[in-house]
Amino acid sequence: MSVISAQDLNLTFQTNDGPVHALSDVQLEIDKGDFVSFIGPSGCGKTTFLRCIAALETPTSGQLTVNAMPPDAARKSRAYGYVFQNAGLYPWRTIGRNIRLPLEIMGYPKDEMASRIQRVLKMVDLEGFEKKYPWQLSGGMQQRASIARALAFDADLLLMDEPFGALDEIVRDHLNEQLLQLWAQTGKTIAFVTHSIPEAVYLSTKIVVMSPRPGRITDVIESPLPKERPLDIRETPEFLALAQRVRDGLRAGHSYD
Amino acid sequence: MRNLIPILTALGALLLIWQLAVAPMNIRGALDIAERGGAQITPEGSVPRRDVSVWRLMAENSSYVARGYALDRPRLPTPAQVSLELWKTTGAMVMKGRAWSKRSLIYHGWVTLQSTLWGFLLGTSLGVLGAIAIVYSRTAQLSLMPWAIISQTIPIVALAPMIIVVSSQIGVEGRGLPKAIISAYLCYFPVLVGMVKGLRAPEPSQLDLLKTYDANGLQSFLKLRLPASLPFLFTSLKVGIAAALVGTIVGELPTGAISGLGARILIGDQFGTPLAIWSALFAAAFLAGMLVTLLDLVQRIALRQMGAQA
Repeated sequence: MSVISAQDLNLTFQTNDGPVHALSDVQLEIDKGDFVSFIGPSGCGKTTFLRCIAALETPTSGQLTVNAMPPDAARKSRAYGYVFQNAGLYPWRTIGRNIRLPLEIMGYPKDEMASRIQRVLKMVDLEGFEKKYPWQLSGGMQQRASIARALAFDADLLLMDEPFGALDEIVRDHLNEQLLQLWAQTGKTIAFVTHSIPEAVYLSTKIVVMSPRPGRITDVIESPLPKERPLDIRETPEFLALAQRVRDGLRAGHSYD
Repeated sequence: MRNLIPILTALGALLLIWQLAVAPMNIRGALDIAERGGAQITPEGSVPRRDVSVWRLMAENSSYVARGYALDRPRLPTPAQVSLELWKTTGAMVMKGRAWSKRSLIYHGWVTLQSTLWGFLLGTSLGVLGAIAIVYSRTAQLSLMPWAIISQTIPIVALAPMIIVVSSQIGVEGRGLPKAIISAYLCYFPVLVGMVKGLRAPEPSQLDLLKTYDANGLQSFLKLRLPASLPFLFTSLKVGIAAALVGTIVGELPTGAISGLGARILIGDQFGTPLAIWSALFAAAFLAGMLVTLLDLVQRIALRQMGAQA
């Protein structure tokens, strides 16, 4: 069953320089339990598409459903957790209280909030950091806290917009590995925007290659890699062949400029 | 301790400039008195001396320069004279048990402080409410903001008597309320501007985050906009309280008030007692410094509670 289904999706922004076709005729099905990466250069509409799923943008035309609902209804039923590129933790709240934020808004009972906070802190390996303020944590830890915040209310769908884009490669490798474990552990559906080819290939069951002007999907690759992926899978011929195919797809999309 | 040295240096320099300025400022007065006492002054007579520069007067009558430092009604009193007057109207009154006498600056300072605090409360509430309206309603932004700016271009000295007249017309007894209104009039603006900026401080992604939780307007106000605005609020409160004090003093000036630091300044001016003016000015400065320091302390405590970096 499709968690996300897009048909002939178009989104045009009206700007002072004329209309910008952020999304053009996007067709995509995302199944339950998929890990889908969106990869492409800036302006290809990958973030815009994610924001459409989250009902933070409204498509100009076409069909988009999330859990068989219109995106806005899905948002209101708290169907997804969204992780932004900057961790976006509130500096005046401790890590624990940052994770509490969605729970407070959604009106969870007090004792349940506490147990949920402990559970997700454990999931992202941040036990003991509950009382720290964001500035006391490294960038990678902050981003893990923001993932914990998105996990706290048990949405089945996780939307991640370049969550590791601002982190250095060593931290990023580590977080990628952790994210895969988390995904295997929870069975969530994850839509993940990135501009890193190794990251997309390493993480995904499905890689969506996009290209700009107008923003469109140029290739959808089903990954043949096994679900169990140690970091050194990135040295295998299968991995490299897949990365090559993504790279070719990106290059094809860019051929005219 | 390391901060103390530059502060004391600056203070010392100011006192030195002040002390030196007393000589040229008071030379004419000193010569007039000396001449009346039978001394030989060049040139003779205070009228011809008007055309002579103070520097030449000081050079030609150098033995009388020192007298400028001991006048009863100096044009510019010396730091020592002002300190003595301040002591006589504060500490000495307290020791005599007359802190609340009409001659005590503590009494007048208290009158001014009360109005200032009421004005500050009123102005801050108006500023915060106005800012909320402006941030949440485009209509309010377009209709309120221009008036807020225009309000600050009208000299408060021109407006103060009108406020007094209007309040007595509608039957308000006493000077307390009109003074608080004048004070609030000056104080609300920095709070309004600071709070508009503060309430708009959250980044778009932080607002988007709340939208993904389907948070309602009140929740996003209480959990995001309000806490994000607090650093801005405190900064504008410090400007606001100083403005409120200035507003109160201005409110005491042209209104025939008989108590308050503003009234002391006016009375000192009318009766030609510069010492009273200067000591009232210093009392006002001291009061402002105290209020701002107090707010600074509250700010530090509040922001530390909110996890600010130490």
